[in-house]
Amino acid sequence: MSELPLRAQLASVLGRSAAGLSRATGRGDGSVIGGRVALKVEPDLLAKLARGRRLALVSATNGKTTTTRLIAQALREFGDVATNEFGANMPTGHITALSDNQSAVNGVLEVDEKYLPQVLIATQPAFVVLMNLSRDQMDRASEINLLAKKWRVALGKSNAHVIANADDPLVAWAGLGAPNATWVSAGQRWKEDSWCCPECGGHLKRDVDPYWECPECGLARPETTWAVDNDSDVLLTPEGQRLKLRMNLPGDANRANAAIAAATAAGYGIHPERTLERLREVTSVAGRYTSVVTMGVEVRLLLSKNPAGWLESFAVLDPPRTPVILAVNAQVPDGKDTSWLWDVDYTVLRDRRVFVMGERRTDLALRLETDGVQFEVAERVDEVLGRLKADQPDITKVDLIANYTAFQQIRTAYGRVQ
Amino acid sequence: MTNTSALRIVWIYPDLLSTYGDQGNALILKRRAELRGIPTETVHVYSSDPVPEQGDIYLLGGGEDRPQILAAERLRADGGLARAAARGACVFAVCAGYQIIGESYGDDESNPLPGVGILDIRSGRGQSRAVGEIVADVDPALGVGRITGFENHQGRTAIGPSAKPLSTTVRGIGNDDRTEGAYQGQVLGTYLHGPALPRNPELADLLLRWRVGPLAPLAPSWGERLHDERLAAGMR
Repeated sequence: MSELPLRAQLASVLGRSAAGLSRATGRGDGSVIGGRVALKVEPDLLAKLARGRRLALVSATNGKTTTTRLIAQALREFGDVATNEFGANMPTGHITALSDNQSAVNGVLEVDEKYLPQVLIATQPAFVVLMNLSRDQMDRASEINLLAKKWRVALGKSNAHVIANADDPLVAWAGLGAPNATWVSAGQRWKEDSWCCPECGGHLKRDVDPYWECPECGLARPETTWAVDNDSDVLLTPEGQRLKLRMNLPGDANRANAAIAAATAAGYGIHPERTLERLREVTSVAGRYTSVVTMGVEVRLLLSKNPAGWLESFAVLDPPRTPVILAVNAQVPDGKDTSWLWDVDYTVLRDRRVFVMGERRTDLALRLETDGVQFEVAERVDEVLGRLKADQPDITKVDLIANYTAFQQIRTAYGRVQ
Repeated sequence: MTNTSALRIVWIYPDLLSTYGDQGNALILKRRAELRGIPTETVHVYSSDPVPEQGDIYLLGGGEDRPQILAAERLRADGGLARAAARGACVFAVCAGYQIIGESYGDDESNPLPGVGILDIRSGRGQSRAVGEIVADVDPALGVGRITGFENHQGRTAIGPSAKPLSTTVRGIGNDDRTEGAYQGQVLGTYLHGPALPRNPELADLLLRWRVGPLAPLAPSWGERLHDERLAAGMR
């Protein structure tokens, strides 16, 4: 604290009181309001707070919050870590995270995709960690080709070392703009936004997963030093080790997040074996993947906000006898346009009992009907459980996939479970 | 294209023009045809492939600025879509796809670029982005009624003498705040992006009727429910 100029100290203190007030009055976790107050007093505060630290910035369409949490977990090996673990991922949230922990040398900041170039310039991070880019809330978000281009340009002007997923062509092309990079083969299930070469627009050749190349301009997947083997649940390291992942977060998406986190932690000097031990301690992230037990049934909460996310969630559903609830809203944070529901293939749900909920359940109903999936319409989770128990008194588990505000509503109803 | 009796649905460039659930239009045409016992065949044509000329209904979706330009260049170089339209095939294009089947459209700096030229419209960029639910009354000659959808575009479109406006805008912007979409023979375009046909079953049936003649009625289902629900929401 004493190293900050007076004005920055004042800004930081004011910001923290606003955050405290926000928490005390139950209006939020304080990360956004605190930063907003601080920025008004000292516009360069983010740069000042970042100075002298070893920061990693984490950005992607999906998995930002989880990967940020995983990297922070690994870096706590060295003590305190400054991080925005509540997902307030714009500069105001970054200021709060850094103000709250001024003594921490290491920091991990989740960064909204749009803000990455400006936060990169302000914070001069040691590492920029990039996982995936796909269509998301397009009524208010940027076009992803444009986003990748802005990333590429910003990285070209920075000294940050990039740690990125080579299997996502848009991400790889952005990362290739940086002077130095570590490439991870972290996989890409959703490919519908990357059939075209980010450099020239040619139709990419993607015959053998995860390789890709452009037959027109020659852009190709960079060679990787880290890789995930999903089938055997293994992380391959640059030293040729095959380490069992055994994460407590489900699915290939989280294997990818763990691999990226391990590569980043290695950049800080932590051995991947040690990193993985620490990552296994993470069982849920801001309520995601957590289970609530209600009416004697375990309901697992999966947050998915866009087609790529839904595809990943379908892949981690429990065996077919486990029913699934799908819940969709279309409020501002969700994107007011539900068109994306038509990008997802629901035929994998044909063999299980499916319920649709949320403010846009009629959109879901038509979508499922079109894919030949039987479903039932419901208003609330307890109503679903009541119906299930009536037919099947010994039912123990239900999966629930919801987009942002639908997820928050359900999570709040069960007491903001972590 | 092997089955000569099936209704041939051709989805043009899902790799370039598929941004907002555009797949929905292909799926709902197939479903509404098959519920009436009309067999269908759906072909996905990627931007590296030639466009087949013997399709019944050609679908073009939305896209970001750069993919839109690439799609227009490739379609013009290929020529298959223009030949199919000249033969009388049905073309249903939304958003970026709507703009590029016209005479010209604007790039991100408002320079006019040549379109495929099968619909007499000219598009440019407006001052502001049109984003949100849209409601419009379709030309009574088409027997479709009121349609709803979601628009997200900066384009503004002027309709030439050979085409007609598809509809009159009730809520939202559409072409120019007054009309929405355009049609010329069986070539039809709209700013209602993505799943415009799932959200408007009558519009889907118009395209099917154009190809196969009078249709047997279907029992109302979720498509009709959604249409009415969005109409009520759009008029609030």
